[in-house]
Amino acid sequence: MLLKEVGKEVRKGCGWRVYSAVMVDTPLVSVQFTRNLARHVSCPAAKYVGATVAEVLGAYFADHPAVRHYVLDDQGGVRQHVTVFVGGSTISDRIRLTDAVGAGDEIYVMQALSGGT
Amino acid sequence: MSDRMLVGTRKGLVDVRRAADGVWAVHSLEFAGGPVVAVVRDPRDGATYATFDHGHFGVKLHRRDSDDAPWTEITTPSYPPKPEGLDEREPMGQTVVPWNTEYAWVIEPGHADEPGVMWCGTIPGGLFRSDDRGETWSINEPLWYHEKRPGWFGGGFNLPGIHSISIDPRDAATMVLGVSCGGAWRTDDGGASWRVATGMMAGYLPPSQEADPYTQDPHRVVRCAANPDVLWIQHHSGIYRSTDGGLAYHEITGVEPSNFGFAVAVHPADPDTAWFVPAVSDIIRVPVDGKLVVTRTRDGGRSFQQVGDGLPTEHAYDLIYRHGLAVDATGNRLAMGSTTGSLWVSEDAGDTMMQISSNLPPISCVTFV
Repeated sequence: MLLKEVGKEVRKGCGWRVYSAVMVDTPLVSVQFTRNLARHVSCPAAKYVGATVAEVLGAYFADHPAVRHYVLDDQGGVRQHVTVFVGGSTISDRIRLTDAVGAGDEIYVMQALSGGT
Repeated sequence: MSDRMLVGTRKGLVDVRRAADGVWAVHSLEFAGGPVVAVVRDPRDGATYATFDHGHFGVKLHRRDSDDAPWTEITTPSYPPKPEGLDEREPMGQTVVPWNTEYAWVIEPGHADEPGVMWCGTIPGGLFRSDDRGETWSINEPLWYHEKRPGWFGGGFNLPGIHSISIDPRDAATMVLGVSCGGAWRTDDGGASWRVATGMMAGYLPPSQEADPYTQDPHRVVRCAANPDVLWIQHHSGIYRSTDGGLAYHEITGVEPSNFGFAVAVHPADPDTAWFVPAVSDIIRVPVDGKLVVTRTRDGGRSFQQVGDGLPTEHAYDLIYRHGLAVDATGNRLAMGSTTGSLWVSEDAGDTMMQISSNLPPISCVTFV
């Protein structure tokens, strides 16, 4: 489990003493792929730790090595006709994938509409 | 005698079979929707290999160990790391050359004495060797880092590529390549060193550069199995033949109705018999006068016949790509598939062609199995 709960004593309005939890988390980012990719290779959605797209996808590909070459080219950049979204926007660094991600972010790997035949 | 062929199309791999009554028909489709680039049967162990160009998700390779076995994905050849800061561009269009397998244009089994060895020719120009039936690949460094390789340019595609690989059946270390556009090459030491072939003339270059061997566009290179010193080339600017194992080529002239085309097949037992499928020219890539014909020589190119009774005689716009013409081991059966999805077979060395389908997707390659 990547999340740690830290007990903290707090006092609420009418003097009740309770414990709540403060979540001290390492970024846990979800990774999802276009369903069209599942025709070719198993690519289940999952969550991984990482501060950048490269770190998160790297962790994903470590567990699912067959998926890597469908998304990245031989030099490790995003394939020309693949698009990676984070939080509804396409990433800006398609070569090194340095775009930052944080807890709760979702990485969507989609196919571009270019590149079909 | 082959009673079966595999047809690679833009929408899948088509299995075509000949029934007992002699009728050829589509038997089944595999990889529906998957654009097939190349397919080959390995005569050493019966395995079948196919390469795909999934426009979005890249190049992929599959192998089936026997006709009863499932297809399994094997490793795609991968280029070495591109040196930091290298600005390498295709000379004509200035497209940045990606060190990435953009297209697996041809896959060929290695020599009979080298079981498990496979070769793969790719765009943007890398030749790859596998020693383990495609599980791992390594790039041929002497060719990729050859000083002339960055001068290759695209022909048909934006980037150059290797589409023909022919191993000398007498010697596993001797191999010929065809590169569009980068000439024809030969190695005699298993790929440790390479020599470029001479004799071809590039009509698409300025006159002073026409003879440059490094920028020729041999559309397809094939070798006669029984006489491996004889090779035929359908070149962008004509038809060529070599009788010295692919070092020097001489032009075959006087070919009617045209000497432009992509495909060539050579009789496996007769180095003087070869087939071509002409189109008007490089800027009009359709049959001459809308009439599709096969041109065949039986005398080493001194004369040609226009054959193919049964082919459309008017309003045909079929183009046969470089891997779209195949001959079987007997030299009697021809298979031919076109860009407009027509497929024919001949059982009399091209004299008559029987149409199997006119409704297939665009055909990239045909092979007898």
